[in-house]
Amino acid sequence: MSLQINLPGLALKNPIMPASGCFGFGREYGEVFDLNQLGAIIIKAATKEERYGNQTPRVAETSSGMLNAIGLQNPGVNNIIDNELPFLANYDVPIIANVAGSSVEEYIEVTKAFTRTSTVKAIELNISCPNVKEGGIQFGTDPELAAEVTRRVKEVSHVPVYVKLSPNVSNIGAMAKAVESAGADGLSMINTLTGMQINLSSKRPLLANKTGGLSGPAIKPVAIRMIYEVKQQVSIPIIGMGGIMTAEDVLEFLLAGANAVAIGTANFNNPFICPEIIGELPGVLTKYGFDSVEDAIGKGHEHGYTYLSRT
Amino acid sequence: MINKQMMTIVAKDDIAKDTIEMKLLGSVNLNSAEPGQFVHINVGNSTSNMLRRPISIADVNKDQQTITIIFKVIGSGTDQLRKCVIGDDLDVLVPCGKGYPIDNLPATRALLIGGGIGVPPLYYLAKQLHEKGVEVTSILGFQTKDNVFYHSEFEEFGSCHIVTDDGSYGFKGYVTDVLDNENIDFDYFFSCGPTGMLKAVSNKLEHKKGYISIEQRMGCGIGACYACVVPTNDQSGGFKKICKDGPVFRVNEVVL
Ligand SMILES: Cc1cc2nc3c(=O)[nH]c(=O)nc-3n(C[C@H](O)[C@H](O)[C@H](O)COP(=O)(O)OP(=O)(O)OC[C@H]3O[C@@H](n4cnc5c(N)ncnc54)[C@H](O)[C@@H]3O)c2cc1C
Ligand SMILES: Cc1cc2nc3c(=O)[nH]c(=O)nc-3n(C[C@H](O)[C@H](O)[C@H](O)COP(=O)(O)O)c2cc1C
Ligand code: FES
Repeated sequence: MSLQINLPGLALKNPIMPASGCFGFGREYGEVFDLNQLGAIIIKAATKEERYGNQTPRVAETSSGMLNAIGLQNPGVNNIIDNELPFLANYDVPIIANVAGSSVEEYIEVTKAFTRTSTVKAIELNISCPNVKEGGIQFGTDPELAAEVTRRVKEVSHVPVYVKLSPNVSNIGAMAKAVESAGADGLSMINTLTGMQINLSSKRPLLANKTGGLSGPAIKPVAIRMIYEVKQQVSIPIIGMGGIMTAEDVLEFLLAGANAVAIGTANFNNPFICPEIIGELPGVLTKYGFDSVEDAIGKGHEHGYTYLSRT
Repeated sequence: MINKQMMTIVAKDDIAKDTIEMKLLGSVNLNSAEPGQFVHINVGNSTSNMLRRPISIADVNKDQQTITIIFKVIGSGTDQLRKCVIGDDLDVLVPCGKGYPIDNLPATRALLIGGGIGVPPLYYLAKQLHEKGVEVTSILGFQTKDNVFYHSEFEEFGSCHIVTDDGSYGFKGYVTDVLDNENIDFDYFFSCGPTGMLKAVSNKLEHKKGYISIEQRMGCGIGACYACVVPTNDQSGGFKKICKDGPVFRVNEVVL
């Protein structure tokens, strides 16, 4: 069965890729399985300068998920280009670079640096990291700012730009439409939902950053609903993510309207989750009557593109 | 290299208050496991306990291909693990991290200092050092008598001082009190325990060569997620990942 999917800038062998921040720059997982099996790899967020990130504890477990507040720790875009991309270039897998920043200028600088390389096949514009105070997230919650940063980044990027949307908004459709009209080639959704956990014995928030981003199966219904809703309002492709643990989950995302999917938290539970899901996907597609990945995309909308009521 | 394997629980014993010793039989060769390394155990099903739990390797039996773990029940994950019975299979990543680099150390007299649930990794270390002909002295600290385990096991490898916070077993006080009171001769020390204890030990033994093992909440356990970082002590703004570069570090290598 064909698992192939073509998206702007990305010829994918299959629709499965590890999500940004959950796979580092591939080295560690490259020691446990052959990365060539992956559809693509989305690397960890890059900023212009090196960032240390937040204090620890940075992760906490929740019911059916986890909170993280890593704080965009990364060695800076130039170090990533010099020290990490050459390793990834050894694989026959498209690399998607996740770009973060606290100003439009920073997003532009980082994008420019990545698009000068031949390894990066697409940009994932991260306007949705909930874990840094000085920016990022305001671009993800205000449609005008989101459109502005998308437009400016598109001007300098030589590769397609996928904008990663934040679920921490009341009208996800408005965000999606704003970045589509600003020239986004695709969407990536969803990033984490802001949350908190308070430790009973210390009587304090468990994470040093107090708040963190909720990911894992706990957020899957939110992701499915948002993708379903956005699919009805835009025509650019969607990379879907949020709580995927199984090949059945992947099919659910495809039905909702995702063209490909990313897997984050599940890698921590099972480092082999991506290749395992790739192996199981054909069987699951067949079971539910599909001949290819392409065939299943958007099929959850059979009953017409009626708008969802927004409560 | 890290393997993901199903390991069968072949023995399980309560050895102290809320403290359980388990022997796990491997399906992939365990010979490379070093003292100080840990296993990352999936204690839930696919949706409960999403994050694996790091537990130190307390012993390795190369003939039987088993490893021993000793854990204290402190929350939902360790409680889940406690419920497992002999014959159950556990999904384990093994071996994780870097252990005590004893093969490259010219140690002749080692001092091991453990506190509470930091004691387990020191057992396999004591055993390995002893096999290499290194003289081993141990100081182990526990809260109370009910929490003490492995006293006689450590004594097999050399003298072992036990302290408890309330004096209900061994000496009353802290592990550092033993350092003050006994004149222990050693060239390298190795320590694992709560951060407060590690700080006190590092300060007291400031001019000695030693290694410490530290804990942090973990995500991936293999170095990819940056959950478990600790700043290095050299003012370079650098950092180490506890799961991959550690959990064992040279004393004063990282900020406690
Ligand atoms: C390298 C390493 C080796 C360890 N070796 C041992 C050992 O040999 N025996 C033993 O009993 N314990 C050991 N621990 C501590 C053990 O991992 C925690 O006690 C355990 O994860 C607690 O899980 P829980 O679900 O019962 O507790 P909860 O508090 O319910 O756990 C919630 C989350 O916090 C994390 N967490 C809680 N306490 C700690 C802690 N002290 N360190 C790291 N993460 C924590 C858990 O992993 C989990 O993600 C080790 C920790 C590390 C990092
Ligand atoms: C530890 C961790 C780090 C993350 N870092 C990033 C990041 O750097 N950039 C980004 O766009 N998203 C980041 N995310 C969000 C994920 O890419 C993904 O959107 C989200 O976790 C939902 O997918 P999941 O439920 O499969 O994890 C991170 C998530 C986790 C758990
Ligand atoms: S736990 Fe993921 S980097 Fe250490």
